[in-house]
Amino acid sequence: MPHDHHDHLSPSGHPYRADDDTPLSYWQTMEIAVRELLIDKGITTAADVAQQIDTMDARSPANGARVVARAWTDPDFHARLMQDASAASREMGFDIGPLHLIAVENTAKVHNVIVCTLCSCYPRNLLGLPPDWYKSRAYRSRTVREPRRVLSEFGVHLPDEVQVRVHDSTADMRYIVIPARPAGTEDLDEDALAGLVTRDSMIGTGLARDP
Amino acid sequence: MQKVRVKQMMPPGHVRTPFYLRGKCGTIERSLGAFPNPEDLAYGLKAPALPLHRVRFTMAEVWGSDAENPDDTLDAEIYEHWLEPAD
Repeated sequence: MPHDHHDHLSPSGHPYRADDDTPLSYWQTMEIAVRELLIDKGITTAADVAQQIDTMDARSPANGARVVARAWTDPDFHARLMQDASAASREMGFDIGPLHLIAVENTAKVHNVIVCTLCSCYPRNLLGLPPDWYKSRAYRSRTVREPRRVLSEFGVHLPDEVQVRVHDSTADMRYIVIPARPAGTEDLDEDALAGLVTRDSMIGTGLARDP
Repeated sequence: MQKVRVKQMMPPGHVRTPFYLRGKCGTIERSLGAFPNPEDLAYGLKAPALPLHRVRFTMAEVWGSDAENPDDTLDAEIYEHWLEPAD
């Protein structure tokens, strides 16, 4: 029979994902109750809630890539970014809300990587939602303990003479790594450079792409 | 740079000082200004703004002889009431 998945594999050979036919958790129920009360009392509207979700979904690593490319090409902007990354991001027109952002820069001698051991702090208001692995217990616990091994699993192999700086986002700051500008990019303009900046390179688990 | 030690406290409730840094010594990398104390915010209490610092530790200090590379560093944000002078 076509819907009798007795072997639990789709025609493409992948397992079927179980339907989420489970009761709401306590906190899921609480969220719905509070949201409905706020709407009933006229404190917010369903459209406002949807609008906030759209605003967050529209944020993406491409925003950070533009900040990095500007820093690579404009020394004055670079200086302002290192001094106050929130102000520099706002200067580029990004609506980052109350985000307190610190930029840390990779060089020939230093490689930075960002983690939040306590939860999943991430510069969402600039880069959008974090990748799932960033929130995993393995990434959070291992990055402070054995960062070089974690980085090597991401394909980033660092020589001993490069110092690794791990940044644990334990409180109010959020972090963006400014990856090293790849060699051979002297003739590229800001837009082309932004295309080389990956999400992972701004977390520190990757490098900027070669042109 | 100012040398500090993270207090070896074990208070109950919500704190944002990681367990693995308690009792460890580092240097203040920069001071960030004052932010509402998350230990109060977590319970909806009036939260006074407290000074927050970025403290840099060596991996040798944090993990001892188990450190993957002793000269690598770890920076974390620690509220001032969790810090004491270390000399």
